[in-house]
Amino acid sequence: MKTFTPEIDWDDVVISIRGLFKSFGSNHVLRGVDLDLHKGENIVVLGRSGTGKSVLIKIIAGLLKPDAGTVNVLGQEVPALGTAELRELRLKIGFCFQNGALYDSMTVGENLAFPLKRNDPKMTADQRRRLIDIVLDAVGLSQTINQMPAELSGGQRKRIGIARTLILRPEIMLYDEPTAGLDPITCTEINDLINEVQKRFKTSSIIITHDLTCARTTGDKIAVMKEGKFIRKGDFETVFSDNSDELIREFYDYNFTQ
Amino acid sequence: MEPNDQPEKPVISTKVDAFFLSVYDIFRFISRFFREVLRPPFEVQEFIRQCFMVGYKSLALISLTGFITGLVFTKQSRPSLAEFGATSWLPSLISIAVIRALAPLVTALICAGKVGSSIGAELASMKVTEQIDAMEVSAINPFKYLVVTRILACTVCLPLLMSYTALVGMMGSYLDIHLNEQTSITAFFAKAFANISFLDLFSSFFKSVCFGFTIGVVSCYQGFNASQGTTGVGKAANVAVVISMFLIFIEEIVIVQIINSIR
Ligand SMILES: Nc1ncnc2c1ncn2[C@@H]1O[C@H](COP(=O)(O)OP(=O)(O)OP(=O)(O)O)[C@@H](O)[C@H]1O
Ligand SMILES: [Mg+2]
Repeated sequence: MKTFTPEIDWDDVVISIRGLFKSFGSNHVLRGVDLDLHKGENIVVLGRSGTGKSVLIKIIAGLLKPDAGTVNVLGQEVPALGTAELRELRLKIGFCFQNGALYDSMTVGENLAFPLKRNDPKMTADQRRRLIDIVLDAVGLSQTINQMPAELSGGQRKRIGIARTLILRPEIMLYDEPTAGLDPITCTEINDLINEVQKRFKTSSIIITHDLTCARTTGDKIAVMKEGKFIRKGDFETVFSDNSDELIREFYDYNFTQ
Repeated sequence: MEPNDQPEKPVISTKVDAFFLSVYDIFRFISRFFREVLRPPFEVQEFIRQCFMVGYKSLALISLTGFITGLVFTKQSRPSLAEFGATSWLPSLISIAVIRALAPLVTALICAGKVGSSIGAELASMKVTEQIDAMEVSAINPFKYLVVTRILACTVCLPLLMSYTALVGMMGSYLDIHLNEQTSITAFFAKAFANISFLDLFSSFFKSVCFGFTIGVVSCYQGFNASQGTTGVGKAANVAVVISMFLIFIEEIVIVQIINSIR
């Protein structure tokens, strides 16, 4: 098994995870995860359903507490942070949920205004409106501003979810399966959006996916997770050139040889 | 530092342990409520919206039930009092029954059904669709925004709704008395309130505050801690109503005992 041990350059690393363990009862989900995310980089995390990919990014965002290991985000140790510090840090992390997680009692516009109102009460309605226009334009859905989430398609909901996290100008984006359950054309649009966000908003991202097209187009680096560990890290060609591992072979065959 | 594979041994038995853990959890939930309710910023707008929802959801049903309760109670009591030629006591009998017992209880049970289930289902569906996590990661305190406002709204609105139920119930009773004894409305209310003490009013108010707080805490707790999956939503709504109603009866017994010992 190949192991990937990069030299850590602390000026450059935005997320650094070492020896991360997490169990739910007797279900040992994460068993020794190491990961470094560099500034401006997109890392794609691949792995089968239930290997703990969502758990990993929830720990990064401080939604779950790890059992052991260090999770360093922008120089701060996440599990050790108090409520106020965690709140500060979360403003710099954008978390895109698998199904958008839009507030369904509010319109699209209100969904986008909500985090702004809470986090910057001094901002005027005009300033808010301008920011909302910018992010809606970035995701290409300006016309939906007065619609309710229930009236949107799955792909639109995901894009509004991305817009809602962008509005707080995060430095790190965490995407949970941005293309799952979408048709190939919408997938391409979302992949392009992820790349555009990286360039335009200068974010570093972790992208969770099952979709190798998404992985190839958006990932600067691929990390493959199996049984709660990363079994391989590197760029797309390196990871998939050696198909001695069954999981990697099957992933590749399923996506590209049909 | 590999975690060991042994499942943890229960202290007494798995079920008893789980029960005490959930009791502990609810107390933590309540103490978090008291910590956050006093800490600014206050979510005034959302609180007012929730008060409106609590009132709006239950007003129609409460009006109907309160009126019928007063009316039917009067009708049913008349024959017994008529045997002693004491129908003139009806207004004070009804007012004692309605104000001391019926209004707080009827209001609380209806709100437990209407408001408790809707809070439970609403918060649970927000939980399972990750909307609560989404608030958390965009640095919004979901407990403060969702839970504190709802518990406060229930606590504030129940006494108001109870007063309204009492009034409507007395009107129902007046209708029946007016049709039978042609009593005027001023005479009716003068007689009705002759036997109502401050302690009666206070105890009904106090009971309603407790009931409202209970409904708020139980249904928010169930919704906020709903398990994943859509079945969690129905379960949260259902359990919220059942436990609220159960606790309302327990509190009724306890508070009546305490008030009677003061009286
Ligand atoms: N809050 C939780 N409580 C208990 N178990 C959990 C919880 N969250 C996740 N798990 C368990 O952790 C394991 C990994 O879940 P996770 O959601 O991270 O999978 P995933 O890799 O994201 O899968 P998918 O690709 O299907 O989203 C699952 O077995 C799940 O049952
Ligand atoms: Mg997942």
